[in-house]
Amino acid sequence: MSADPGLTAAAPAAGGLRRSFSWRPRFGHLLALLAAVPMLALLALFIFLVLYAKPAMPIDGWHFLVRDTWNLGNLYADPVTVHGRQMLPGASYGILFLIVGTLASAALAVVFALPLAVLSALLLAELLKGIPAFLVSTLIELLAAVPSVVYGLWGYVFLIPFLDHHLYGFLEHRVGPWLPFFAGPRGSGYGLLTSAIVLAIMVVPLITATLRDGLAATPRELREAGRALGATGFESAWRVVLRGQRTVLFGATILALGRALGETMAVLMVSGNALNYLPHNIYAPISTMAAFIVSQLDSALQDPTGMALRALAEIALVLLVITVAVNLAARLLLQFYGRRK
Amino acid sequence: MSGAILRRRWQSALGWALAALAGMLLVGVLLHIMLFVLMRGGGALSLEMLLTDTQGVAGGLRNAITGSLLLSGLGLALGVPIGVGSGIYLAERRGSLNARVLSLVVDVLVGVPSIVLGYFGYVTLVLHLGWGFSLAAGALTLALLMLPYIARSTDLALRNLPTSLRESAYALGCGEGRLVMRILLPAAAGPVFTGILLAFAIGLGETAPLIYTADWSNYLWNGKFLHAPVGYLTYVIWSYIQEPFASAHQLAYAAALIIMLLVFALALGARLVLLKRYAPAA
Repeated sequence: MSADPGLTAAAPAAGGLRRSFSWRPRFGHLLALLAAVPMLALLALFIFLVLYAKPAMPIDGWHFLVRDTWNLGNLYADPVTVHGRQMLPGASYGILFLIVGTLASAALAVVFALPLAVLSALLLAELLKGIPAFLVSTLIELLAAVPSVVYGLWGYVFLIPFLDHHLYGFLEHRVGPWLPFFAGPRGSGYGLLTSAIVLAIMVVPLITATLRDGLAATPRELREAGRALGATGFESAWRVVLRGQRTVLFGATILALGRALGETMAVLMVSGNALNYLPHNIYAPISTMAAFIVSQLDSALQDPTGMALRALAEIALVLLVITVAVNLAARLLLQFYGRRK
Repeated sequence: MSGAILRRRWQSALGWALAALAGMLLVGVLLHIMLFVLMRGGGALSLEMLLTDTQGVAGGLRNAITGSLLLSGLGLALGVPIGVGSGIYLAERRGSLNARVLSLVVDVLVGVPSIVLGYFGYVTLVLHLGWGFSLAAGALTLALLMLPYIARSTDLALRNLPTSLRESAYALGCGEGRLVMRILLPAAAGPVFTGILLAFAIGLGETAPLIYTADWSNYLWNGKFLHAPVGYLTYVIWSYIQEPFASAHQLAYAAALIIMLLVFALALGARLVLLKRYAPAA
């Protein structure tokens, strides 16, 4: 960097003063430059995924989203030229089964996670005090630190046989006759319900931590007022303190949904990796967009025209749009309605 | 009347019982996962495993351990300056429209699935720039993943410092650069460091983005940043547990144990840093 002309022109005695004046805007510019990186990164994500996926888009058009037709085409035939692009004959890309699998597993996970998170947050903020509260909340927060692939390993080796032996049989025979979606066949344990259970464990600590902080920040007077009106401790916690945190709970739940939608490794290892297949009951194998992108890399690399890789980029783009929309909604909600102090 | 009160007392007790049950279930699941990894991994891990490289479906984990540390370490080296810088901007310009928009962007970036970042890294770095599966591509993708976490924790750390600190510094004729570097960052060093530790733990535990950028290698890192795939522990867990060989399973369990120990040590260390700072002196 060359010397600042303003600095050299100044009288020697005033040099120090000039220096401190000219430092501030330069530091501010550096900060602004660094702060622009996340913004540029998010824009670049959209732009490069769109550019890369674009050649694959005309193949199925909007049918990409509503058909179960993921097929790389004939790998051994000569590529054909369609829409000015080389692709394998018979190639077709439709990901409805992935969209259904992703939404169903994430929604079910949130349904399982919500009661656990609300109850454990109440436990941490309203019942436990001191060291027990610290210990339990540290342990629950450690659940969020367990790497996704370790959940996958645990699910693959322990949870699937465990649930298959102890829970799914009961559900099939006792709940199945009443709720058709729980009726058999229950397959091998890999599938929608197992994925949702693992995802639920993974997102519970996110909701618990946010809600616990919200509950703990509630003024003591509200609890006292509740008790003064004759409410029991739990009634005051449930009807007064928790009620005041509805927006926080809602926002945290949407954030958890966003996390569940994009979770990759754990789902990959317990979902059964279904292809072009819609779940007919709650035990059925599924696949999600995130897991599919990983499981299909090897096959997509076999496609000499590279079109399969571009179709995977289409999936990544759909996933990006969904998760950004979900996160944006949650953050805006929390920002505008959640900040009450 | 006494019947109604009795019923409400019962409901209340039932409510707390359910809350305790939920807490016990969650703690139980965590302890089960920890014990599961500890038992299986403890039985599989040996000193020799730490000192030899992977050979097919057997051998050791030296290449994966160094690869994991290199990928996350280099990712951190790239992500920390940018993340801390953006965090300072978010905290010191708070209230301005720019900072509010950027704050939202950081939150959204945290929510972007890691596999999408991985695919982005694959398209731009591996294919477009022609870096191939490599340490540079993997580390840069991890840096992008860690960046919003570091920015957010730095932002919160600086926000918690009293305004009077800034006012007195400016009153003494301090510029913003000196204020941030000499006063604010040292004062918030604990929480900022905590955020960096957690980002490191997140990087170490990641798998999906690396499959698309670093791939896998049986060999120790050869010093090349480009055109050379790198092995890492989480890949071993995912890939080797599905191989039909006992030796492969041993490697997967040992890798899980190492990664869990690293991640938990970082997470607990981060919590202790915070605890020491903010616990009331009693």
